[in-house]
Amino acid sequence: MDLLIFQIPILMVQASLDGILLGTLFALIAYGMALQWGVMNIINIAQGELVILGGYIAYFMYVAGIHPAFGVIVSPIIMYFIGWSLYKTIIFRVVDRDLFISILATFGISILTQQLMNFIFGSDVVVAQSNFGTTFLFNYMVTLPNAKIFAAAISIIFAVLLVLYMRRSKLGRAIRATAQNARAAKILGVDTESVYAATFGINAALCGVAGSLIAITFTLHPYVGLPYTVRSFMIVIVAGLGNLPGVALSGMGLGVFEEFSDYIFGTEFRIAAVFLLLVLILVYRRFKLSRKREYLK
Amino acid sequence: MDLIKKTLSILSVFIFSIALALPSNAKVEGDTIILGAAVSLTGKYSTNGEHTKNGYNMAVDRINDMGGVTVGGKSYKFDIIYYDDESDSSRAAQLAERLIKQDGVHYMLGPYSSGLTKAMAPVTEENKIPMVEANGASRSLFTKGYKYLFAVLSAANQYLEVAIDLAVEKNGGNPVNIAMAFEQDAFSQDVRIGVVEAAERTGSTITIDDKLPKELNDMAATLAKVKATKPDVLVVSGHSKGALTAIRQISEMQVDVPMLAMTHCDASKLAKQHGKNSEYALCAAQWHKTLSYSDEFFGDGAQYDKEFTEIYGYAPPYQAAESSAALLVYKAAFEKADSLDKDKIRDALAQTDMQTFYGNIKFSDTGQNIAKPMVLFQVRCEGDVCANRVVAPTKWASHELVHPIPSWSSR
Amino acid sequence: MNQKIILYLCLLAFGIAAPFLFPAFKLQISIMWILVVLSLTWDVQGGQMGYNTFGNIMFFGLGMYICSSFQIGLFFPLAEWTASGGEKTFVHTPTQFFQGFFIGLILAAIIPAIVAAIIGYGILGLRGHYFAICTLGLGIAAGEFAGGIELVGAGQGMTSPPWPKGIGDTELRSEFFYYICFLLMVFTFLFLRWAYSTRFGLVLNAIRDNEDKAEAMGINTMRYKITGWVVSAFFVGMAGGLMGNMIGYIEPVETAFAGRTFGVFMVLMAILGGKGTLWGPVIGAIAFHIFKEGFWTFFLGWQYVALGALIVVVVIFFPEGIMGWLREKYPERFGEIIDEEDRKAQVELK
Repeated sequence: MDLLIFQIPILMVQASLDGILLGTLFALIAYGMALQWGVMNIINIAQGELVILGGYIAYFMYVAGIHPAFGVIVSPIIMYFIGWSLYKTIIFRVVDRDLFISILATFGISILTQQLMNFIFGSDVVVAQSNFGTTFLFNYMVTLPNAKIFAAAISIIFAVLLVLYMRRSKLGRAIRATAQNARAAKILGVDTESVYAATFGINAALCGVAGSLIAITFTLHPYVGLPYTVRSFMIVIVAGLGNLPGVALSGMGLGVFEEFSDYIFGTEFRIAAVFLLLVLILVYRRFKLSRKREYLK
Repeated sequence: MDLIKKTLSILSVFIFSIALALPSNAKVEGDTIILGAAVSLTGKYSTNGEHTKNGYNMAVDRINDMGGVTVGGKSYKFDIIYYDDESDSSRAAQLAERLIKQDGVHYMLGPYSSGLTKAMAPVTEENKIPMVEANGASRSLFTKGYKYLFAVLSAANQYLEVAIDLAVEKNGGNPVNIAMAFEQDAFSQDVRIGVVEAAERTGSTITIDDKLPKELNDMAATLAKVKATKPDVLVVSGHSKGALTAIRQISEMQVDVPMLAMTHCDASKLAKQHGKNSEYALCAAQWHKTLSYSDEFFGDGAQYDKEFTEIYGYAPPYQAAESSAALLVYKAAFEKADSLDKDKIRDALAQTDMQTFYGNIKFSDTGQNIAKPMVLFQVRCEGDVCANRVVAPTKWASHELVHPIPSWSSR
Repeated sequence: MNQKIILYLCLLAFGIAAPFLFPAFKLQISIMWILVVLSLTWDVQGGQMGYNTFGNIMFFGLGMYICSSFQIGLFFPLAEWTASGGEKTFVHTPTQFFQGFFIGLILAAIIPAIVAAIIGYGILGLRGHYFAICTLGLGIAAGEFAGGIELVGAGQGMTSPPWPKGIGDTELRSEFFYYICFLLMVFTFLFLRWAYSTRFGLVLNAIRDNEDKAEAMGINTMRYKITGWVVSAFFVGMAGGLMGNMIGYIEPVETAFAGRTFGVFMVLMAILGGKGTLWGPVIGAIAFHIFKEGFWTFFLGWQYVALGALIVVVVIFFPEGIMGWLREKYPERFGEIIDEEDRKAQVELK
């Protein structure tokens, strides 16, 4: 009874597909985090709140009678400016500081945003309806909500677009140069300040996309941002900075791990399993690195 | 000596700021009786905390408008000191202590949710302060021997027992297979105990027993298991977020179960937010506006519904109604005791036997309201408009229970 | 020196007299002392050693659960106490209560310390933000894990034993807990004051300033790091046990493993007061507590906005905290002699 998943193998297919779709969405958020972590060396605890904020934009479009899927276009544009102004008011003060300062400062922003969202948008749990329907596989045994497939597809499209943008455009090159060596880039005439602002804006825009996808696949509430922040952390740490395929893969891996842990350890230990995994990964890394150090000695 | 001077000045600043932090200090000020309440204005319960607060305020205004409370021939008005417990139980316990010790409150109102009530009850009990609470349904509140706690609502384990009985009845009296998913919090876990007991009583089997994390946003795994095992009843409880998540994913994954029983359907505005997808969900509630109870303050349920909607702009979920009822209980107790002494009030509360628009209220020895049944309603749609329709108990049923739920392919 | 002793005596006298001066504020001040302990012990890692931990809250929750479990489990079946449907009510006699309380409190200190020693080797090898995030994960995982264990009530939480009947009223209860809290705070402070003055303190600072160099000088840094964590765990665990008793109800992720509240508060208080100093965390905790309580009263619902703004302002503009600001302003008080010309020269060089 406990391990139903081994008795009914089709559930494994279901869990894997659910996990991959969920993971793609996580990966999109994590990609934004990896970008600004790599470029500005800032860990943004308010990432989840930016996601939820983006979700509310899509939700209000839905309330106004527009299909919430268009949120993936509108929300990033608004969120870009929100991110940009957040940088110009607060974040620029912590860029060159200790990483821990940025963690705390963005934590402050995060609880501030939660509270303001609570005042402005109200405290109800809300959802936006996409009415996309469902895809069935394997004789109705496996169900895939089209909204989730849509979300995964959009995530991939945005990630690819961003990679191309980073490779081809002038700003993209400037961002990459700044990430490699901010001082050298500055000397060579890159306006690092505006590069940073743009990076933070792009990160917020990605969160906006992810948020509007969450509005049609999960639920929105001012206080549910944190899970998205910590998951994107994990993904970035596992993948490493500046490694997009790695982010995508570890995102999906995390999604699959979560779904399977629901079946194997029980749903009540899902979050515990996720965080224990994080701890184990970090400790494993530490022992691997310290062995490497011993070789060097 | 400079250092000493400095220490003294720091100390005086400290004392001053403490004194500043808390000015008021009275249970009764002039002609006002002050009640204390900590409700969740922020955090995960802020939706329902808001309902609770609105319910309290509505009743306070109404009672004051209709002449207030008469004690010893003098007319008093009610007033409530609110704090925000941030949906956090350790905060709630601190605030209870603060209301009692620092603000000198002698009469408490409950917070929202069983967990927070459980946190506050030890404090009020130690200090012998009566607390009438309207939103803490967990049965463990009534097994600790608390003498000063009075709950106007039915205990959590009664929420979905009826649903299981209904399912068995519809199954021709034969035992059913039950799948359940409950959030990891005091209230939902207590609902679970009720279901487990009902299952034992009817000889039913529990095939899936999942506990959902508090940080819940995905229950795909549970639902996939439900789809695979095909139980007769699916029971889900997890406050507003749980209800909304469940319906979203059930409709997306097209999970067919003959009966879907839930809680918090009206607080989460399920019928409005999910529309046709939520049709046929069976919900347990403490109150519904069509119930035929009445009192002199609010008239009957329909009238309460209308007036509440006028003031606050949304239809009152049962969380608001029961909160309003708590104030009516207090008023009656004050007048019955004809005194402001908290122990006399406590005794008067214990003897409460009255009817309000919310239902009959009569407390057992443990402070539980035993005079009021639970209501079950089912979400039903006419065209695109969906609403909650009472299906049980039969006395108030406006609609027949639809069982089994039509499969998704035929909807 | 003489002045310092008088200062200490003044504070001590205040601490002892406080419950009689402000009878209504006993719990409030007791919690303040607990906060002082939390921020002092956080500073052992965060300030003195340079390891920013978010995981000390784990020991807090552990201590809370251990203390109450033993208090109950020594005399009654724990599973029946926590079973929410249980109809039985157990009542401690005064002797049972105090025996259980002291045994529980001691275990609540020792077991987290042992846990810290065991996991320390793996965790404290991490550096920088990896350490911070790893400990964050530990804290959250511990809370979620506790929320899944039926024996301690799972998501239902558990109630800690109520004050026994027949030995005085609730005032006595608050006074009893107040003095235990105060003692714990004083003892923690004096212990750390002594510890910082020994080689131990110097090594911690050496680790903060340059761990590799310290290692190269032949110091077994890992041993000191673990010792530091064990010390923190010991006091935090005890504080947790006390808090559980004072609050009366233990909820896994809100009271015990309360990373969102106490877990963050302890970091913030230490930074607000000035990390890496002895008095900083104390002042920070007191200032923070008063600020927070004031906001509770006057800005209903806005307290998180205020808290968020406070955090941003403090970490951006006063990363050195109150003590750092005082030090900057009155360097002579801290025994620093500043050569103005040298300073100017340095500023110009920059």
